[in-house]
Amino acid sequence: MINWIRGLGRWGLGTFERLGRGHLFLMQMMAGVPSLFLRFSLVMQQLFSVGVLSVLIILVSGLFVGMVLGLQGYNTLVDFGAEESLGVLVSLSLVRELGPVVSALLFAGRAGSALTAEVGLMKSTEQLSGMEMMAVDPIRRIIAPRFLAGIISMPLLAAIFSAVGIVGAFLVGHGLLGVDDGAFWSQMQAKTDFYDDIMNGVIKSVVFGFVVTWIALFEGHDAMPTSEGVGRATTRTVVHSAFAILGLDFVLTALMFGDE
Amino acid sequence: MPLIKIRDLHFYRGNRAIFDGVNIDIERGKVTAIMGPSGTGKTTLLKLIGGQLRPQKGTIEVDGQDVHKLSRSDLYELRKRMGMLFQSGALLTDINVYDNVAFPLREHTDLPESLIRDLVLMKLQAVGLRNARNLMPSELSGGMARRVALARAVALEPMMIMYDEPFTGQDPISMGTLVNLIHRINDAMGLTSIVVSHDVGETSEIADHIYLLSGGKIIEQGSPEQLKQSSSEWVQQFIQGLPDGPVPFHFAGPDYADDLLQPEENA
Amino acid sequence: MMQNKSTEIIVGLFVAAGLAALFMLAMKVSNLGDFTDEAGYQVTAEFENIGGLKVRAPVTMAGVRVGRVADISLDPVTYNAKVSINMYSQFDTIPLDTSASIYTAGLLGEQYIGLVAGAEEEFLQDGDVIDLTQPALVLEQVIGQFLYSKAEGDE
Repeated sequence: MINWIRGLGRWGLGTFERLGRGHLFLMQMMAGVPSLFLRFSLVMQQLFSVGVLSVLIILVSGLFVGMVLGLQGYNTLVDFGAEESLGVLVSLSLVRELGPVVSALLFAGRAGSALTAEVGLMKSTEQLSGMEMMAVDPIRRIIAPRFLAGIISMPLLAAIFSAVGIVGAFLVGHGLLGVDDGAFWSQMQAKTDFYDDIMNGVIKSVVFGFVVTWIALFEGHDAMPTSEGVGRATTRTVVHSAFAILGLDFVLTALMFGDE
Repeated sequence: MPLIKIRDLHFYRGNRAIFDGVNIDIERGKVTAIMGPSGTGKTTLLKLIGGQLRPQKGTIEVDGQDVHKLSRSDLYELRKRMGMLFQSGALLTDINVYDNVAFPLREHTDLPESLIRDLVLMKLQAVGLRNARNLMPSELSGGMARRVALARAVALEPMMIMYDEPFTGQDPISMGTLVNLIHRINDAMGLTSIVVSHDVGETSEIADHIYLLSGGKIIEQGSPEQLKQSSSEWVQQFIQGLPDGPVPFHFAGPDYADDLLQPEENA
Repeated sequence: MMQNKSTEIIVGLFVAAGLAALFMLAMKVSNLGDFTDEAGYQVTAEFENIGGLKVRAPVTMAGVRVGRVADISLDPVTYNAKVSINMYSQFDTIPLDTSASIYTAGLLGEQYIGLVAGAEEEFLQDGDVIDLTQPALVLEQVIGQFLYSKAEGDE
C-alpha cells in the first residue's frame, strides 16, 4: 500500500518535472524564433519537410472525409426533406471541427512523429551536443525553425483539408445524389460566417499546430538517447498530441462557440 | 600557466560520485591524456570543460576564465575557441562532408562562399578526405567520419581540441592514421590537445602527460615512461591489461561457493 | 544551391495552395463575400413580433435580395421590435408605402423579411420608416387560434 502511494507520488513528481522542463523548453524555443526572420531559409527548409510532405495525406483524407460527410449527411437530411442544407452541414462540420481536428491528428502522425524521431536521433548521435560545442545553439539552429514551420503549416493544411473536403462533399452531393448546386452553395454561404466559423477554425488550427509541434520537439529533445528511447518518444508524441488536440478542441469550442 | 586548471572538482550523478575532488592541469601546446576504465566519467569531464555540464563543487578555468561563471554569450565565445571531437563524430547527418566542415564557418563568420571553399578544402586536405567531400556522413566509415569531424573541429582554428575516445572501434590502419593526425595537427597548429581514452598503447604514443582516473579520483599522473615505472599495482594492471588484480575479475557480491549451496529465493 | 531553389518553389506552392484554400473558404463558403456589398441606405421597420429573425438575415423583394437586417432592438415606448435594414444602394426606387413581413424559408428554414412594393411615387430614403408591417407567424399562436375557432364553430 505504502509502495503504491509512493509510486503515485513519484509519478506525480515526475510528471510535474517534465511539465516544468517542457515549459522551459518552450521559452527557449520562443526566444529563438525572432532571430529566424533574419535567416528565413532555415524555416523554408522545415516548411518543406513539415508542411509540404504532409500535403498528400491531408488532400486524400480531406477528400474522403468530405465525400463521406456528403453521403451520410444526405441520407440524414433527406428524411426531413432538407437535403438542400447539405452544404451547410458539410461546411460547418469541416470548417469548425473536422478540418482543424482531423488535420491536426494527421499532422501529429505524419509530421510530429517525424520531428520527434529526427530530433531524438540527432540527440542520440551527439549531433545536438556537437553543435553546442561548436558554439551553435541547437535550440535556435535546429528546434526553433521547426517550431515556427509547424505553426505556419498547420493552419494552411487545415484550410486545404476543409476546402478539399467541401469540394468532395459537393462532388458526391451534386454529382452523385443530385442536390441542386445553387442551393448547396447559397445555403452554405448564408449560414457559414467568416469570423465566427472560418476564423475560429483557423485559430483552432494555429493552436493545434503550436501544441503538436511543441510536444513533438520536446519529446525528441527530451528522449533517452538510445534507439529505444527515441522510439518511445515518437509514440508518446502521437498519443500526447492526440490527447492535447481533443482536449483543447473542447476548451476552444466552449470558448468560441459556447455563447451562441 | 596551464591552459586548463581544474581544482577540487566534484560531480555527482544521483548519489554516485563521478568526480570526487579532482585536480588537473593541462599545459599549453601539449597532448594531455585522461585515461581510466570505462565508466569513470572521462566523457563527462570533457562536457564539464565545455560547459555543457555543471559541477556541484570546484572550478574549471579555461584560459583564465571560470567556465561555469561565464554568461551564456561569453561561454559561446569561449566554445568557438574549443574544438571537440565526439566519439561518434557527431556529423550532421542531413548534409554532406563539405557542408559539415563549412558549418561552423558559415555559422560564425560572414566569409564569402569562395573563401569558405578554400578553407574547407584546406582542412579536408589535411585529413586526407578532400575527394570525399560530396559523400554523405552515412557513406563514411567510422574512421573517416572521425577525420571529417576533426577537420570540422579545427575549421575555426581553435586553441584546443578535446578528443573523446578517438581510437575506439578502429581498425589498425585508421587507428594509425588518427594517431598520426592528432600528433601532426597538434604540432602544426600549436594546439593544446586533451585525449580521453582507454587505449593504452596508442595514447602513450602521442601523450606528453597522462592522468589516470578511477573511482572519481586521480590515481596516478606523469609522462608515459613514469607511468610504466609506477609502483602502483592498479596502474600496472591497467597499463598491461591484466584480467585480474586490484580490479577484480568478478563483480562484487557473495562468494561463489556460498551462492551454489544456497537455493535462489525466488526460484 | 539548386536544391535550395526547388525547395523554395515547392514551399511557395504549398503556401499559395493553403492561402488559396483559405480564400476559397472565405469567399465561396462563407458569407464574407456579401460584406463587400457597398454600403446602401438605412431604413427601419417596427414589428409586433419578429419571431426568430436574426441580424444579417436577408431582406428580399419578389424573392430578390435587396438588403440585410443590420440591427434589432426593442423600442422602449411601444415595446415593439425595431429592425433596421441596410438596403443596397442600387435598389433606390422602392416606394414609400412598401410593406414588410417576416416569412420563414421553408418549414424549418431561417426567417427573412419580405417586402411588397406599394404604389407611392416617392421612394424610400436613408432614415425612412416602413409603416406597414406584418409580424412573424408564431406557430403556437396559429395553432391556438385554430383550436379556438374550431371550438367556437362546434358550438
